[in-house]
Amino acid sequence: MPKAQREQGHARVFDLGQQSLRELNQALHDLGPGSNETAWEVLNPKGSHSVAVGVDQPISIDVRGSVGYYCAGMNDGGTITVHGSAGPGVGENMMSGQIVVKGDASQYAGATGRGGLLVIEGNASSRCGISMKGIDIVVRGNIGHMSAFMAQSGNLVVLGDAGDALGDSIYEARLFVRGKVESLGADCIAKEMRPEHIELLQGLLDRAGITDVKPSEFKRYGSARKLYNFNIDNADAY
Amino acid sequence: MAYHNPPTTPRRSATFDDYTLSEIRRAAATGIYDIRGGGAKRKLPHFDDLLFLGASISRYPLEGYRERCDTSVVLGSRHAKKPIELKIPITIAGMSFGSLSGPAKEALGRGATLAGTSTTTGDGGMTEEERGHSKTLVYQYLPSRYGMNPRDLRRADAIEVVVGQGAKPGGGGMLLGQKISDRVAEMRTLPKGIDQRSASRHPDWTGPDDLEIKILELREITDWEKPIYVKVGGARPYYDTALAVKAGADVVVVDGMQGGTAATQEVFIENVGQPTLACIRPAVQALQDLGMHRKVQLIVSGGIRNGADVAKALALGVDAVSIGTAALVALGDNDPRWEADYNALGTTAGAYDDWHEGRDPAGITTQDPELMKRIDPIAAGRRLANYLKVMTLEAQTIARACGKNSLHNLEPEDLVALTIEAAAMAGVPLAGTNWIPGKNGF
Repeated sequence: MPKAQREQGHARVFDLGQQSLRELNQALHDLGPGSNETAWEVLNPKGSHSVAVGVDQPISIDVRGSVGYYCAGMNDGGTITVHGSAGPGVGENMMSGQIVVKGDASQYAGATGRGGLLVIEGNASSRCGISMKGIDIVVRGNIGHMSAFMAQSGNLVVLGDAGDALGDSIYEARLFVRGKVESLGADCIAKEMRPEHIELLQGLLDRAGITDVKPSEFKRYGSARKLYNFNIDNADAY
Repeated sequence: MAYHNPPTTPRRSATFDDYTLSEIRRAAATGIYDIRGGGAKRKLPHFDDLLFLGASISRYPLEGYRERCDTSVVLGSRHAKKPIELKIPITIAGMSFGSLSGPAKEALGRGATLAGTSTTTGDGGMTEEERGHSKTLVYQYLPSRYGMNPRDLRRADAIEVVVGQGAKPGGGGMLLGQKISDRVAEMRTLPKGIDQRSASRHPDWTGPDDLEIKILELREITDWEKPIYVKVGGARPYYDTALAVKAGADVVVVDGMQGGTAATQEVFIENVGQPTLACIRPAVQALQDLGMHRKVQLIVSGGIRNGADVAKALALGVDAVSIGTAALVALGDNDPRWEADYNALGTTAGAYDDWHEGRDPAGITTQDPELMKRIDPIAAGRRLANYLKVMTLEAQTIARACGKNSLHNLEPEDLVALTIEAAAMAGVPLAGTNWIPGKNGF
């Protein structure tokens, strides 16, 4: 076993300063159902792309540092924590499991995600939750423009502000924003917060470990459903 | 004496022909552009404008039916641990479940497998019908990411990153609500019955540098086993091919404007992109300039119909071709046996292209359970296999006449062009001359 790959407590440690990304991902993919190697630690990611992509077992991975593009892409059951910031596409197309980014996230965080929970403790850049298809995303800070563009389903919770064109061409995803929204995109409107939404939002905040804000502080946004079936009278909205 | 003015024959405008007039009336009545399936229908420079030079004295032909002419091809040998090996250089292009019925997808898988080639998924994800009956299945990674998941990614034999389609380079898709059955809605994570707008661009990368990193991610997820194709619409084939190679593609797919689509605006289909013939030489040139010809394989699609088209494309430097529309016809699409039903839809067998409406009498481009019963996936698969084998035999016949013991030994020197346009586009001499218009540039 290479020097850097050692047992540290109960965690299996990979040092990307000494070992390759390929070795890390292959080792993660080689895990079968029921493996007892359930705790992993990745050192020195130094902005590497594709760290811990394609995880398909219920393991936990602590990444100690910042990562580049597509960290934890297509995660299916893993619990992955980035103790730093994440580059573009963190958790893209996630199927299930949980990803936590302790710092900020760049563009298209959680893009097309189909399930699981993505928590960004800092800010997220543009296109957060673009084309989301069932994922839940909670951002403690702000999100950039064109977030939740063509969002199909799932929930996006933002404790800070949202940029321009929030929820453009949105389908059935639910957006909860506590701060200011720069502008709403095509077919996205503010909606009433009914008791079931308060309950849903409280559950999302609980799952994200957020205890210092109340659901009542948020506004809900969703689809006006005018673009669901093409009508020439709505052409100006496109 | 009164001057007699003889009556003249009514003259129709070439510009405002009957079709154009009917389109103007239709647009005025409905307020919406015409949406249809298929590829460009206008007459375009095509493979028909090229001829092969059979062997005489300066070349030595091979005996038909006696001397071997190899047809196999390996795709994805650049980086993938498990390249694809096909018996014939004709693959089935991506066509989505949702646009096509389940039995049609099954038939494509059956036919391709019988003939020794691959089939491809499409917008809508991977179905059991298709995976179960396709020995070799290419999984499309599309901007919409409908049905996209890592489990299916791992079940695929190759991954095709779709950047564009020949019928609509730069365009997204629209699947009208009437085709959104419960199953289609579930696969696409959308409510039943609504129009489904597919994105025109990938949500999480924006340029060639990003694409390179995206391909790295796909390779990492699949442990570098599967070939990665990059498919582009035939618009700027030289630069798009070069950038796909730069991004790390194992295979580049260039789809010319005769290539079909499930549903897009008629005006888009007929006015955006370049003919398939015009796309091949620039794409090959890009590979040659990069020293990657035959190292990164090139697949070309869009209007391929017979073995002569296959042979001509290969002679111009491609490694394989892909068929979509022709495969649907082989399955039974637009078959005259359903003429009465086509008439009821206001069209005729051979011209039906409103696939998005879900009323396909042949049961192929529909989700209607009753119509779907009209296609027998076993028999239709057999028809497709027959067709693929005929195309291969035709291409072999031509190759042998040119003295080649492999389809891949065909070369531009084996061709001449009938028109100046085709000569310029294909980069081969005008017949009877040694003149290649536009040589040294595009």
